[in-house]
Amino acid sequence: MLELTERYCAAGADELVFYDITASPDNRSVDRNWISSVGALLDIPFCVAGGIRSLADAEEILNAGADKISINSPAVARPELISELAKRFGSQCVVIGIDSRKVGNDWKVFQYTGDEQRSRNSERATLEWVREVQERGGGEIVLNCMSQDGERNGYDIDQLCSVQELCTVPLVASGGAGSMRDFEQVFSATRVSAALAASVFHSQEISIPDLKQYLDAAGIEVRL
Amino acid sequence: MGAQRVAIVDSGANIASLRNALERIGTHGLFTLDAKIIRNASHVILPGVGAAADAMQRLNDYELADVISELTQPVLGICLGMQLLATSSEEGNVRCMNIVPAVASILSAGSGAPVPNMGWCRVSQLGVQVLFAGIPDASYFYFVHSYALPVSGFTIATADHLEPFTAVLAKDNFYAAQFHPERSAGPGARFLKNFLSITS
Repeated sequence: MLELTERYCAAGADELVFYDITASPDNRSVDRNWISSVGALLDIPFCVAGGIRSLADAEEILNAGADKISINSPAVARPELISELAKRFGSQCVVIGIDSRKVGNDWKVFQYTGDEQRSRNSERATLEWVREVQERGGGEIVLNCMSQDGERNGYDIDQLCSVQELCTVPLVASGGAGSMRDFEQVFSATRVSAALAASVFHSQEISIPDLKQYLDAAGIEVRL
Repeated sequence: MGAQRVAIVDSGANIASLRNALERIGTHGLFTLDAKIIRNASHVILPGVGAAADAMQRLNDYELADVISELTQPVLGICLGMQLLATSSEEGNVRCMNIVPAVASILSAGSGAPVPNMGWCRVSQLGVQVLFAGIPDASYFYFVHSYALPVSGFTIATADHLEPFTAVLAKDNFYAAQFHPERSAGPGARFLKNFLSITS
């Protein structure tokens, strides 16, 4: 993990997000020692997600060296958590992760998606939830479009555009990146603030410096 | 830099990243709320996250507002720490330390310019500045904020969010950055080093 961290830093990643995706379904939260080690190495923003259910969880993680905390299933279970975190730490470090996909004609928010056995439709409408999390003080939204996630067929432009229309806070696209063109498309077709990807970087199929050069050549502003 | 005594005013949570950034450039920062340690430091850093009112309250509770105002060694405010050096903030209409005559006001939100402003923005340097030694003009720095100080005679670098705002200011021995040098990769590390190279 620390090796990956160093590699991404050197490659010019703009932010590192660590998701302990089985933390919520396993009813635990993310490892603090790990956060301290990564935080000591990183000189770019560092966001941590995984089973953060209380102010005390959040405070420990921020004190260990994270800049932002991202909450997903626990916020769906108890939306007041968003307001409490924003009041205590400021909206700027409260990121809301939303796992969403189409059920019938509506996008719905899913919980516990880190474990296939426990993943479930929360019955909340995604667009409604996007409005609520902002009213409660969420400072950034990461929209993980589940039907795209892991498929590498490109980001869900349609869903991202619909959510973007309701967003006054930064929106980060997640789920579906398979090629450099997918990144180019999400930045040309939507106004998202950033695009997140995992597998294509971990597998080294796409190198971050190459991707940034490609986006720059396509006229998209990137930090080179 | 062994002789330096860098005091970091302990303004609340989320301070590990600054300590880590100083360690990476070979400096140990001491987190403190002790007026004596702050007065005796070679350099003082005032970080801050969260709401202006809470942060001012904390400084007032520890009777540090006057201590900081009277410092003569180099002082660096970071993010909210910059706004605390101003006259006041519109965030909760709170009176700040009034070291730099300016009022922090909320950024306007617009298409492609969400608030909070979270992300990497280019910083334009106004003239040659010690704080930017070795840092190319228009380098990217990392910002996370909803309030900002307008451009004034004390502004030495600007960034844009629909309109220009103060990214870095300098007044006598007081310096401040709206961005987070501790999270701004190479240029951020150099910026901190440059600050620590300033002598009283």
